[in-house]
Amino acid sequence: MKIFATYNIKGGVGKTATAVNLAYLAAKDGHRVLLWDLDPQAAATFLFRIRPRVKGGGKALIQGTRTLDAAIKGTDFDHLDLLPADFTYRNLDLLLDSARKPERKLGRLLAPLRSGYDVVILDCPPSISLLSESVLHAADVLLVPLIPTTLSVRTLDQLTDFIDGFEGKQPGILAFFSMIDRRKRLHKEIATTLPAQRKDVATAVIPALSIIEQMSVLRAPVTSFAPRSAAARSYVALWHEAADRAGLAHGN
Amino acid sequence: MRDALREFVLDGATLCAAGDGVTLAGLVPVGPRFRWQPDGRPCAIRRTWLDTFDWRLYRAGLTLELTSRPRGPAEYRLTGRDGELIAAQPATQPAAAPAGSRSPRAAQQSWLLSALPEGPLREQLAPVVGVRALLPVARAVSTARQLRVLNDDDKTVARVTVDQMTPAPKAPSLPPRLVITPLRGYYSQADRLAQLLTAADGVTQASTGPLEQALAAAGRHPGDYTGKVSVRLEPQQPAAAAVATVLTSLLDTLEANVPGTIRDIDTEFLHDLRVAVRRTRSGLKLAGDVLPAGLAARFRPEFKRLGDLTTPTRDMDVYLLGFDGMAASLVAASSADLEPFRAHLARKRAVEQRQLARGLRNPKFPLLCRDWREALAAVPASRRARPTARALADQRIRKAHRRVLADGAVITPASAPEALHDLRKRAKELRYALEIFGSLYDPGAHWQAVRELKALQDCLGTFQDTQVQTDELRAFAGEMMAGQTVPAATLLAMGEVAAGLARQQHAARSEFAGRFRDFAGPGGQSRILAMTGEARG
Repeated sequence: MKIFATYNIKGGVGKTATAVNLAYLAAKDGHRVLLWDLDPQAAATFLFRIRPRVKGGGKALIQGTRTLDAAIKGTDFDHLDLLPADFTYRNLDLLLDSARKPERKLGRLLAPLRSGYDVVILDCPPSISLLSESVLHAADVLLVPLIPTTLSVRTLDQLTDFIDGFEGKQPGILAFFSMIDRRKRLHKEIATTLPAQRKDVATAVIPALSIIEQMSVLRAPVTSFAPRSAAARSYVALWHEAADRAGLAHGN
Repeated sequence: MRDALREFVLDGATLCAAGDGVTLAGLVPVGPRFRWQPDGRPCAIRRTWLDTFDWRLYRAGLTLELTSRPRGPAEYRLTGRDGELIAAQPATQPAAAPAGSRSPRAAQQSWLLSALPEGPLREQLAPVVGVRALLPVARAVSTARQLRVLNDDDKTVARVTVDQMTPAPKAPSLPPRLVITPLRGYYSQADRLAQLLTAADGVTQASTGPLEQALAAAGRHPGDYTGKVSVRLEPQQPAAAAVATVLTSLLDTLEANVPGTIRDIDTEFLHDLRVAVRRTRSGLKLAGDVLPAGLAARFRPEFKRLGDLTTPTRDMDVYLLGFDGMAASLVAASSADLEPFRAHLARKRAVEQRQLARGLRNPKFPLLCRDWREALAAVPASRRARPTARALADQRIRKAHRRVLADGAVITPASAPEALHDLRKRAKELRYALEIFGSLYDPGAHWQAVRELKALQDCLGTFQDTQVQTDELRAFAGEMMAGQTVPAATLLAMGEVAAGLARQQHAARSEFAGRFRDFAGPGGQSRILAMTGEARG
C-alpha cells in the first residue's frame, strides 16, 4: 500500500482537485484506492456526492472506537472508496495531542487497511499542525501543489528542510505547479525552469482552467467527465510521475 | 452477509422484454427515495462454472465461475452460498501440465490448482479442492445490463445487473434475474431496495442461483456424483435384489470414472475407480452366493484382472502425491537431491498410465461392463425370496467381524508381517461389508462401527504400505542404477527415505496391540452385535 498526501500550508492551491483526480486515475489503472478527506470543509467528499459524516466523528476514528474500515464509503467509480470528511475533523489536532506518539498516529490507523488497498491518498487541510505532521510521517510521497511564485519555492525549501529532520522513514516529495496561467510570463518561466533544476519538482503542470472549476458543479473528477480535456491530460501526466515516484504501475 | 448479493427474478411474459433500464424503471418503481439510471451498454458474458468431479466446491457452499467478456480479461470469481464475493482474479492461460503427469488434452479442459495464478483465490480453493482438478460443470451465455440506483444526491447507492441467461445454444432464455450489488457503506440502502423489489409486482426473490439453472437446463443437478455407496436398501427386500442394487451402483461409479482415468484428469478418478472395483470384488466375495448360481464365479476373475490393471499407476500416484512430504522429511539430504527420483517416478507413471488407458480402451472392457450390468438387471426380484437384505447383512457383517477378531487375537510381537497383512485384508472385508450394507443400519451406530474399524485399518495400512514402499524403493534404486544416470546424492537421499519408512513401520507395529485392543474390546464387540442383533426374516 502506497500512501500519497496532497499537502500545502496554503489553501486554494488545488490540493483537493489533485487528490480527487489522482485517486480516480489510480483506480482507473486498476489499483484499489482509498481517498481520505481530512479537510473539515469536505470538498472531496462533496465532489463524490457523499454525505460528510462519520459516525462518532473524528474522535471515534482517532480513539479507535470506530475503525476506518467501518467508515469507508464506495464512490460511483470502480476500485475507488472514500473515507468522508466530518466537521469534527476541525478538532483532530486536539485529539491527536492526547494520543501517544501523535505524529505516528495516522500511519497506525491506516496500517490495518494494507491488505484492502493498493493506494491511499490523504487530502489534507491547509495548515501546519500536528495533523499535517502526522500526515507527513504516514505518507510515502507528498504531492505539493505550488503557485508559480518565488515565495512558493521558498515554502518548498522549508518543507524539505522540515522533512530532512525526520528520524527514520521520510516521505518523497513531488512538488508540481498548479493553477498555471500560460499567458503570464512569470508563470511560464518558473514552470519551465524549475523542474529542470530540481528533481523534486514534477515536469507536469496543472493549468488554471475553468473546466477544473466545473468539477464542483458536476460533482465528479474532471478526468472522468472530460477525459480528453487539457486539464485531464495534465492530471494524467502528474499521476504518471507520482506513480513512478512510488513504484506503482500506471496506464499509458 | 453485509455485501451479499440480493437476487430476484422478473417473471411473467411481459417482463421478459424488461431488459433495459427505461422499461425496468416503469415496471419496478423504486421512488421516491431512489431512481434507476442505465449504465453503459448491454454486454454478452460467457460463463463457465467450475467444480471438481465430486462437487467439492458445491458441497462446501462455494461457487467458482470463469467469466469472459468481449473486451477485458476473463476473470475467476469465487462466491459463497449467499452469493457474496470471496475472491476474484483475472484468468490467465492455464499453465502447462507437469511433465509426464497429465495428458495435454486433459490439461486443456481442466485446471489443476497449480495452473491457477497464485493469490487469494488459489489460497481459498486449495484446502477444499485438494488434488482434484477443476472441470467445467455448466456453461451459459448471459446478456447483462447494468443499472445504477441513485439517491436524491444522485449518488450511486447500489448497482443492479439485469441478467438474461441462455444456458445452451438455441435454448430459450431464462427469465431475467435482477442482481443487486450493494456499494460499500450503503448496505441499508441496498436492503431497502431489496424490500422495494420484493414488494413489486412481477418480481420474486430468486430461489435458485444461475449455476443451478444452468445445470438444470443441461439435465444435471449439483452433487450428482459421489464416490460413496449411495444406494438406499430396504431391510425386507430380498437379499439378492439388494446385492444387485449395490453392485449396479458400484458399476455406475466405476463407469463414471473411466473417461477421467483415461484422460488422466486427476489422480482421484483412478482412485475412485479402484475403490469401486475393490468394493465390487468384496461384495461378490461376501454375498455373491445369494446371486444366481455361477454369476459371482464368472465375474470375480474379471474384476480381479481390472483391479490388477489399475495397481501400477496408483502405486506411482501414491508415491508422487506423498513426494513433497517425503522430501520435506529429509534431514541429512536436501529435497533437491530427490528430484531425479521424482523424475524417474513420473516417467514410470507415464508408461503405466498409457498401459492403463490402453486396457480401459480395449473393447473387452465395455463388454465386461455391459454383460455385468445385464446380469445384475436379470437378478430375480421376487418379494418373497429369502433371506432378506437385513438378515444377510447382519450375518455377513458378524461373520467378517468374527474373522477380524480371530485373526487379530493370535498376532503377537513375534508374528510374521504376513499375519498383519492378512489381518488387513480381513479388516477391509469388514469395512466393505459395513459400507455396502450401511443404509440398512442406524446412521449413528454405523458411523461408530466404521470409526473404530478405521483406526485399526490406518495402523495396519501404515504397516503394510511402508513395507511395500520400502521394497519398491529398493527396486527403483536398482532401475535407476541400471540407467547409470542417478547421482550418488539421490541414492543417499533415497536411503534416508527408506530409513524413515522403516521407522514409520516400526511405530505402526508398536501401535498395533493397542489399536487392536481398542477395536476388539467388549465395547466395540457389543456395539457390532447390538447393531446387527435385530435380524429379521
